[in-house]
Amino acid sequence: MHDRGGLPSAEPIDRHEHELADWELLADALVGTLGAAGVLNVDELRRGIEGMPPEEYERASYYERWLYSVETILTEKGVLAAGEVDARL
Amino acid sequence: MTHDHDHDHDHDHDPIGHDGDPPAAVRAHALEELLVEKGVLAREDIRRRIDWLVSRSPSNGARLVARAWVDPDFKARLLADAREAAAELGLDAGPSPIVVALENTEDVHHVVVCTLCSCYPKALLGPPPDWYKSLAYRSRTVSEPRSVLAEFGLELDEDVDLRVVDSTADIRYLVIPRRPPGTEELDEAELAKLVTRDSMIGVAEAAAPAMTS
Amino acid sequence: MSFVPGQKVRVARREHRGHHRTPSYLKGREGVVERYHGSFTNPETRAYGETGLPERELYLVRFDDGVYADIYEHWLEEA
Repeated sequence: MHDRGGLPSAEPIDRHEHELADWELLADALVGTLGAAGVLNVDELRRGIEGMPPEEYERASYYERWLYSVETILTEKGVLAAGEVDARL
Repeated sequence: MTHDHDHDHDHDHDPIGHDGDPPAAVRAHALEELLVEKGVLAREDIRRRIDWLVSRSPSNGARLVARAWVDPDFKARLLADAREAAAELGLDAGPSPIVVALENTEDVHHVVVCTLCSCYPKALLGPPPDWYKSLAYRSRTVSEPRSVLAEFGLELDEDVDLRVVDSTADIRYLVIPRRPPGTEELDEAELAKLVTRDSMIGVAEAAAPAMTS
Repeated sequence: MSFVPGQKVRVARREHRGHHRTPSYLKGREGVVERYHGSFTNPETRAYGETGLPERELYLVRFDDGVYADIYEHWLEEA
């Protein structure tokens, strides 16, 4: 699903841009800081995103994919317990 | 989840969080709290990273381009090693091991895409625009680049060698757009103002002098 | 396996379960080596928490429709 090159698409490019919301900057910063701390590397982040079920991948916004991946990979590594983020909501 | 209400109204119980925050925002904050509590991350490191992110802008890349336009030796160094050249101007080219500058000329036009995700020279251009990360841009730019450029208002002559660079690894690519005609009198700072973010991705030319004031 | 700029190569037409950075639309395509970037840790194994060693050579390859892409040595064959 992530492998998009050359996929048939008649979709025009939507050139509307949105300024990043605070939570999106936070998501980006969490990944960067986790990277600097050696807890999560960019290849793991990408792998986590690629593992998303296709419908979820298509529906999710860019940083929603990042959050999904961070939670998945950190749970896999035992940094987070399963369901720990959900319990915090 | 069902529960009893004493009050009359229709609503969904959204996750408890700041008023009006989308669910993803609440998750991001929860994740931050957990990671800080567990000692995995220090809050000040996160804050510092946010500060770095918001301070990145296309004006960084524009400085490189403007210097290259006025100084042929700098341009040669930029083309040989963009990371080193950026350092000469005190610019942080980011964590990628290699940054490559691609020169547009009368005969060659480059445009950059990341079909697999959204790799982008953030340190020099700031965060990528939504369209760069879109599924449509990622699919179409490698198979119908002229059509994509036309949507951005850029029509290239047929005999221009259009090169679509798919950023598949950790090399970051920055396009050096052509210097617009009629700019001989402008100094470096004024030239930098003509270098748009889109021109450094390759979906546009640099701005003409009359367009900025 | 080392390649040199100007050399004709083909991207391996190979299924790969798991993370890899060779896009499907390029698998099986013939191209020409444009540039050698150097050696880097292998994202295919780094993606699973490994060190990514040994490093793999990375090449910018030009395809005949004007597409260029960075492809790792173990995805390239002589053409």
